[in-house]
Amino acid sequence: MNEYKLIADHLIYEYNKGSAQARKALDDVSFVLRGGEFVGLIGHTGSGKSTLVQHLVALLKPDSGTIYYEGADIFEKDYNRKALRGKVGLVFQYPEYQLFEETVLSEVSYGPKNMGMDKKDAELAAYAAIKRVGLEDECFDQSPFDLSGGQKRRVAIASVLAMNPEILVLDEPTAGLDPAGRTELLDMITELKETEGITIVLVSHSMDDVAEVANRIIVMDKGKIVYDAEPVEVFRHTAELEAMGLAAPQMSYVLRDLKAAGIDVNVDAITLKAAKEEILRALA
Amino acid sequence: MIRDITLGQYYQADSVIHRLDPRTKLVGTMVYLVSLFIFTGPWVFVTAASFLLLCVFLSRVPFSYMLKGLKPILFILMFTLVINMLFTKGTVLFSWWKFTITEEGLKQAGAMGFRLVLLILGSNLMTLTTTPTRLTNAMEHLMRPLKLIRVPVHEIAMMMSIALRFIPILLEETDRIMKAQLARGADFESGNLIKKTKSLVPVLIPLFISAFRRANDLAMAMEARCYHGGKGRTQYKPLKYKGRDFVAYFMVIIYLAGVILIGKFL
Repeated sequence: MNEYKLIADHLIYEYNKGSAQARKALDDVSFVLRGGEFVGLIGHTGSGKSTLVQHLVALLKPDSGTIYYEGADIFEKDYNRKALRGKVGLVFQYPEYQLFEETVLSEVSYGPKNMGMDKKDAELAAYAAIKRVGLEDECFDQSPFDLSGGQKRRVAIASVLAMNPEILVLDEPTAGLDPAGRTELLDMITELKETEGITIVLVSHSMDDVAEVANRIIVMDKGKIVYDAEPVEVFRHTAELEAMGLAAPQMSYVLRDLKAAGIDVNVDAITLKAAKEEILRALA
Repeated sequence: MIRDITLGQYYQADSVIHRLDPRTKLVGTMVYLVSLFIFTGPWVFVTAASFLLLCVFLSRVPFSYMLKGLKPILFILMFTLVINMLFTKGTVLFSWWKFTITEEGLKQAGAMGFRLVLLILGSNLMTLTTTPTRLTNAMEHLMRPLKLIRVPVHEIAMMMSIALRFIPILLEETDRIMKAQLARGADFESGNLIKKTKSLVPVLIPLFISAFRRANDLAMAMEARCYHGGKGRTQYKPLKYKGRDFVAYFMVIIYLAGVILIGKFL
């Protein structure tokens, strides 16, 4: 658990440099990722979280500062960035808009093929990945465009998973999904972490999404990291979070109101399950 | 990478040039472009360049920003220069192996180079200082007489403004899709031409799909708001000439007269 997988070292990145609309998207951002972590990256729209995750796979180059993956500087001139993108998998926001192949199987084997696998190995990897995201066997030969919204998203996530990344970064994976789809997807991601030990970075602007699943939360505001701690620790700063246009998880509000009403509950229970037990305990 | 293209992108600023009526700018630009091709001679180019510099100065668009617009034509520019230099016949100045450079060739190349640069800068200045909506609005106005011969002027203008409006959106979309495929290990740079072209398929297909989806949504939204073409349609901000437009027209006329005189007598 304690081995540093990835180190971001004082990243600074500015959009529209040198013009009137220049604005710092990343302002001195540093953090480390350890193997097997589940990190929630939270921030309001425009806080720089999407910019940050694009740096993690070297799609954007910082103006200053750098990132080390397993000890190697990924912005070094002859660093193999293609191989890096296989190890740090990035799933973009609305990833279903990047589908292009005729069948789900060939769609998902696009990534592994790019990583240099031959057709057979790539298809095996694709097969495994499609299974991992919980799609049915019937889907394999279907056109990805005939699937439902939630299924398309699973295909897109599978297409990154098929490269067998060690770190999986998901940018707002639940955006635009219905509540059931959202829960299913979050369960699936948690399972990936639990059963395969993949390090997960989940980007979101919703505390409720990450409160349930993450064991560490990084909060960004105006290009800076404001908090980087365990969920319980972060959610104690409700007022500051609200000032940034964020909020604590709903459960935390319920418990706080209960406490204010004189019922003795522990306000640090943030997941739905923990809160339920806490309330039952207090009422018993 | 893809954001470097400034053509058709508005530069927000508050200046006299920005406030001019789009029709004035459109007519002025056209006169300017035509003047570049009808008249020739070093003094004509000096006049044309200084007129353009004056306009750029008035527009408050940073000069470095203007120059960025030249990047996409750099190759064509180099190509025309070399072709003109090498293949114009006349008094030989310098000759090596099969290449000969003539005095006429140099002059021709210089003239072409100046023309191309001023042409692009001139038209860029217009698109940088005029929003696409206002520009097509101006076109619609100026093409009104064509309605008499049943040209669907309004529809053409509407199509143009939609197309212009979608350029930045599609560029951004391309950027996004390219990045997403790069994250899946795509490689757009290595390999020969065929391999490179093939590598663009995963970008083009999603891009087309998204363009069609957007077109569909837009058509739906327009119909939901009862759009039915130009007949009887009024405008929120009708175009109106102001004092500064007449001053601008006057300056364009003076410029034109100046160029004619200089072209004839110098």
